[in-house]
Amino acid sequence: MKSFRIILIVLLSYLFIGSVYASEGKGLEIATEVDVRDRGFGDTTSTMTMTLFDQYGNSTSRKIRNRTLEGTDEGDLSLVIFDTPADVKGTAFLSHTKKSGSDDQWLYLPALKRVKRIASSNQAGPFMGSEFAYEDISSQELEKYTYKYLRNEDYQGLDCFVLEYDPIDRKSGYSKQIVWIDTNEYRSHKIEFYDRKESLLKTLVYKNYSKYIGKFWRADVFEMENHQTGKKTILEFDDWKFQTGLSAKDFNKKSLKKVR
Amino acid sequence: MTLTNSSYGETLLNNRLVAIIFLLLLTVGMSFGAKNLYFDNDYRAFFGKTNPQLDAFERLQKTYTKIDNVQFAVEPKPGSNASSVQILSAIEELTELAWQIPYSLRVDSISNYQHTEVDKDDLLVEDLYEFAEELDEQKLEAIRKIISTEPSIIGRIHDPKHRSTAVTATVQLPGKDPMEVVEVVEASRLLKETIERNHDVKLRLGGIAVFNNAFLEASQNDMMTLMPAMYLVILVVTYLMIRSIYATAMVVLIIVPSITFAMGFGGWIGVGLTPPSASAPTVITTLAVADSIHFLVTMFQRMKAGHSQRDSIIYSLSVNGKPIFLTSITTAVGFLSLNFSDSPPFHDLGNITAAGVMAAWLFSVMLLPILMSFVTVKPRETLGFLNNYMGKMGEFISSKYKAVLLVSIFISVLVTAAITRNEINDDFLKYFDEDITFRADTDWISQNLTGLNQIQFDMQSKKPNGISDPVFLNKLERFANWARNHEVVTNVQSITDVFKRLNRDLNGGDVEFYRIPENRELSAQYLLLYELSLPFGLDLNNQIDIDKSSTQVIVTIDDLTTNQIKAWISEAETFLENELGMDTVAAGPTVMFSYIAERNIQGMLWGTLYAVLIISGIILIALKDVRLGLLSLVPNVLPAALAFGVWGLFVGQVNMAVAVVTGMALGVIVDDSVHFLTKYQLARKNDNLSAEKAVVSAFSGVGTALLVTTIILVAGFAILAQSSFGLNSAMASLTAIALFMALVADLTILPALLILLDRKINKSNASDNVVTA
Repeated sequence: MKSFRIILIVLLSYLFIGSVYASEGKGLEIATEVDVRDRGFGDTTSTMTMTLFDQYGNSTSRKIRNRTLEGTDEGDLSLVIFDTPADVKGTAFLSHTKKSGSDDQWLYLPALKRVKRIASSNQAGPFMGSEFAYEDISSQELEKYTYKYLRNEDYQGLDCFVLEYDPIDRKSGYSKQIVWIDTNEYRSHKIEFYDRKESLLKTLVYKNYSKYIGKFWRADVFEMENHQTGKKTILEFDDWKFQTGLSAKDFNKKSLKKVR
Repeated sequence: MTLTNSSYGETLLNNRLVAIIFLLLLTVGMSFGAKNLYFDNDYRAFFGKTNPQLDAFERLQKTYTKIDNVQFAVEPKPGSNASSVQILSAIEELTELAWQIPYSLRVDSISNYQHTEVDKDDLLVEDLYEFAEELDEQKLEAIRKIISTEPSIIGRIHDPKHRSTAVTATVQLPGKDPMEVVEVVEASRLLKETIERNHDVKLRLGGIAVFNNAFLEASQNDMMTLMPAMYLVILVVTYLMIRSIYATAMVVLIIVPSITFAMGFGGWIGVGLTPPSASAPTVITTLAVADSIHFLVTMFQRMKAGHSQRDSIIYSLSVNGKPIFLTSITTAVGFLSLNFSDSPPFHDLGNITAAGVMAAWLFSVMLLPILMSFVTVKPRETLGFLNNYMGKMGEFISSKYKAVLLVSIFISVLVTAAITRNEINDDFLKYFDEDITFRADTDWISQNLTGLNQIQFDMQSKKPNGISDPVFLNKLERFANWARNHEVVTNVQSITDVFKRLNRDLNGGDVEFYRIPENRELSAQYLLLYELSLPFGLDLNNQIDIDKSSTQVIVTIDDLTTNQIKAWISEAETFLENELGMDTVAAGPTVMFSYIAERNIQGMLWGTLYAVLIISGIILIALKDVRLGLLSLVPNVLPAALAFGVWGLFVGQVNMAVAVVTGMALGVIVDDSVHFLTKYQLARKNDNLSAEKAVVSAFSGVGTALLVTTIILVAGFAILAQSSFGLNSAMASLTAIALFMALVADLTILPALLILLDRKINKSNASDNVVTA
């Protein structure tokens, strides 16, 4: 009788462990599919207006241009050029996303006429004082998280996978992210960010998806709300262009100084 | 009148059941309000909605991150110091774990201090250290140098002499539930224990969150210790005077529903319990017992004279009905004057107590007689023997009235002159007794690490992105330097330190460049670079607003008295205006508490005037004699002045709570003079006695009762004076002194004045008396 009980427990625990493996496997599968569907975009350019709101509705805006080149072996390369406010006009931020470890980052300071490498492993701080951390908007490499499939759920009329992303970088500001991905097109619609004490910190909602060159989906509006401070940041993208002919030489340290 | 009152007693005793049901329904109905009561554990509760300093502070908090925080300060073991590897390692773990505190937004310490280092064109921004135990001596030396010199660290999170070092966790409470603070403090205490166990160090807890929690602990402490003490004293004193266990038990049966009624009322009007409002039950107990004593003493005296218990109850109601009602009304009016205070917890104390006093009146004249009619008590000698002494004292006073008057005027002038010796000091951390851990810990922190008074200055450039403007930054720098030149300033947190540091580091570490960057583009771009390098939670939102138009400078200053702080603030504001042309005003809890006494006193001047006018009006109506009414002002107003004088002589430091004492005490004090004057008037009019004889008659008639009720009241307030919360104890001590002074004045100056004035006016009358005698 006793041994029967032990066998039962062992069997049940296998079942349990098995289901965890299953959910991890399925999570990775979905995340991989998201990644695969976006492969081959080549390069993109866009303009962006970033609007910061405090909890009382006061707001301030800044304008930025983005250029991204799809990575081959390593992650994507991206360039951010600041147009306003006037005192940072011409400042350019270059990053080379890494599949593991910290990304490489450089900043060109026109007032100093120098390129500075940001040799920091901190990538969880706010980007330009906004509610977005660098890690929220940098290219989402598959290797940066482990994945867990949680459930399927309806989100605004779309059937969605709900996934948990657990960051690998121990300097990440998050304990986990919960991501809603629609089952049709594998686009992210909503991300909940949980802080280190596992309380809900922020929610990011993607709005107004459009399909470009018949294949690639891009959202025009990113809305990030901080639940703990009541602050909000909205990113509005415009003028998406794909495959404009950018190459790796447009994304190196030297090219930074000449960026217009 | 006697007839209506005695028929009231008859009617009451004939309809006992109806009366009990009525009182029961009333009390139960009111008591449902108690479910709305909650502990308000936010120091901001002490500031009214229209308080300008609160308003300035709230505007500041809307712009920058709140500064509600928990501070963990390390106390090194004797012989070691706060830069030892052991403590560095404890700080590292504590910093990591502090992120787990509920509602935490950021954590600051020397271990996660964002140190910048430059290697050619690489800018490295990272934690000052990691894995403390593996650091070599050279690294440790470098770290020790930074933590004892860096202006944004020293005197804030680390003592330059390594006497202490701290981890500060900033929390943002959603404000939905008063238990949030408790959650934060409980988690912090657990964390403190964990670190103390793992690293063999001693930690002390400070910060605004712990401060807020101390209010709750003080309220609960008071309720746990003072209330039982109060009941004990009441039971003993009542028993000693009445010598009847039944009657003593009945008094408790009056107090309990009075308090229930009052606290229920508080719940209905939406009161949050703070130490002052939580002391209301103690105050009500004191006042309620006085009403019952009056009724019981008369009843027993009447029984002793051979009347039946029922007749004695009816008689006691008829004699005491009017005075008990009058004194209750005046007491309630006195307490209602607290609504003029600038500080809402005192409104609550006033309103709850006023409700409780009126409930006590109702229960004393309805429930107590009924309860006494259910039991059989033996007639007893109450305190009759005292009446003889009182009569003798009356004779002495009336024979020596001139001397009495001269001596009392002399003493009064002397004592009241000492009022000016009182200095207002609202050092809010000292509101708590040394036996509350928060107080001991913050005292230690202020001696070994950092001052506890933070004064915030919202420096506005008034232009978007204006903080990068070198003209503005140089103004900031001048102000920061000006502040640092003061001995009392332990730390100045200014964004200019970041700019100077970046300017130096981005120019190859050249110390020549440790200055404000020369143009705004440089500053703006440095800032952008720096912001991109910061880790989670350590952003600049607590120093810069969202459109980068303003920044706050936080000045930490040592323990100072309120007047010294106010002087420093006005010096700073003058410097900002005259030297820098900025209209910035100081803000923060320290500033709020520095001005609260002043505002409270202004408010209470009106409140006291209102109380004096209404209460005098009531006395005039009751006595139907303008002259006596005006005369009563002397023994009613003088005691508070004397109490402040005595306080000035022996203590000398007052806080905002003392402003409410005059109005509040007046309502209680006045009872004695009402009793005395009523008796005097009766003796003059009904018995046609001379002023001297009427005084003696008043002494033997009410002297004992005045003595006894004063003893009870003084005892009650003396117990409240033991409160671990400074505002309660100061208020109660002063009230107790004022009550004692009132008794003295009513038995000396009042009779002496009566004889002096009435003797002349009624000369013909008096000579008639002499002839007939």
